[in-house]
Amino acid sequence: MKELLVILVAAILSENFVLSKFLGICPFLGVSKQTGTAFGMSCAVTFVMVLSTAVTYPLYAWVLVPWGLEYLQTIVFILVIATLVQFVELILKKFMPPLYNALGIYLPLITTNCAVLGVTLLNFTKELTYVQSLVNALGAGLGFLLAMVLFAGVRSRLESCDIPKFLRGLPITLIAASLVSLSFLGFAGVADRLFG
Amino acid sequence: MKWTQQLSKGIVRENPVLRLVLGTCPTLAVTTSAVNGIGMGVAATLVLLGSNVAISLLRKAIPDKVRIPAYITIIAAFVTIIQMLIQAFMPAIDEALGIYLPLIVVNCIILGRAEMFASKNPILPSALDAIGMGIGFTAALILMGSIRELLGAGTIFGLAVTKGYIEPMLVMILAPGGFFVFGILVACANRLAEKLGKKPAQSAGCDGCPGAAGCAGCDNGEAVK
Repeated sequence: MKELLVILVAAILSENFVLSKFLGICPFLGVSKQTGTAFGMSCAVTFVMVLSTAVTYPLYAWVLVPWGLEYLQTIVFILVIATLVQFVELILKKFMPPLYNALGIYLPLITTNCAVLGVTLLNFTKELTYVQSLVNALGAGLGFLLAMVLFAGVRSRLESCDIPKFLRGLPITLIAASLVSLSFLGFAGVADRLFG
Repeated sequence: MKWTQQLSKGIVRENPVLRLVLGTCPTLAVTTSAVNGIGMGVAATLVLLGSNVAISLLRKAIPDKVRIPAYITIIAAFVTIIQMLIQAFMPAIDEALGIYLPLIVVNCIILGRAEMFASKNPILPSALDAIGMGIGFTAALILMGSIRELLGAGTIFGLAVTKGYIEPMLVMILAPGGFFVFGILVACANRLAEKLGKKPAQSAGCDGCPGAAGCAGCDNGEAVK
């Protein structure tokens, strides 16, 4: 249990996907202008991350490894994620229209979000078990959510600032991201010390 | 458009990193040193060349409705080939790039060029476009890798420059330094573009994003055309 908590907290804070691993930068910069959209997008990403980990892990361990097909990992994972996203979209549209309206619009963007493929690949680089992988995916998603919502707040403050002309737009957004990322550096090792 | 223009547009005028702002994830993640920049740049260029040629050849055979999954499969196949070649012949590069090597699959430059260029043009222009874009991507990665390595470790390509004279700023090769150096580089590119009468690079490249058409999430989807 303690081990799982360490993985969860580390994935949210010290190994934050966006701010320390640079995964999912496109939505981080593109969709973080308003807190509402940032929240919706992050929830959709978290959901897809956990779901694709739940599917890709057994597929790798029980199908690809026994048949010696580990090298097909990248192709299989991206296809599984793409199919899964389509499937989730269809199910949400049919059975849960309110949820579809809230999250559905972000789903096409998620297939090519490197954070989702990244988390499924990282589970194997880190040699996690199935349960640990699921917790890791949940943590990665929550970390993404935290970074997006925090950054949406920072950006809304930036709107009203007097910024030098050559830094306006994307450059100042990146510099603000650098400062948010700097504050997350302070979390290094916090998970081990909290529960260790 | 003449073939020289096909080739050169990706290097400066439509530089994928600094002008189109595509492929930001690998740009930030692997540029802790100049050598890593080259490794990622060359790997992505080879994948881009392969996928652009293959997609251009198949552009009439792939039905419009399933084109994105088809492109992703083609790209993933080339990524797997390049990954296996690098693992076999350059294990050090494989170690340094880690999961960012298989993540070339979801690099928006590659899917973006497939969608914007290779699916509409014959083989030769598509190949030239891929080489040009690849060189532009590699050059931007080397530039950024050199700056971060110089400031963060005092070396360029592993050769000591300011090492021993000036205490290196470690933060520059950590995550915050990546965002900061990229921000300053985009600002410089924007300043240059402004002098030449072009629009500044605006958003994180929603224009090249294959999901842009069905995505209402992009609230500032006006990239440089």
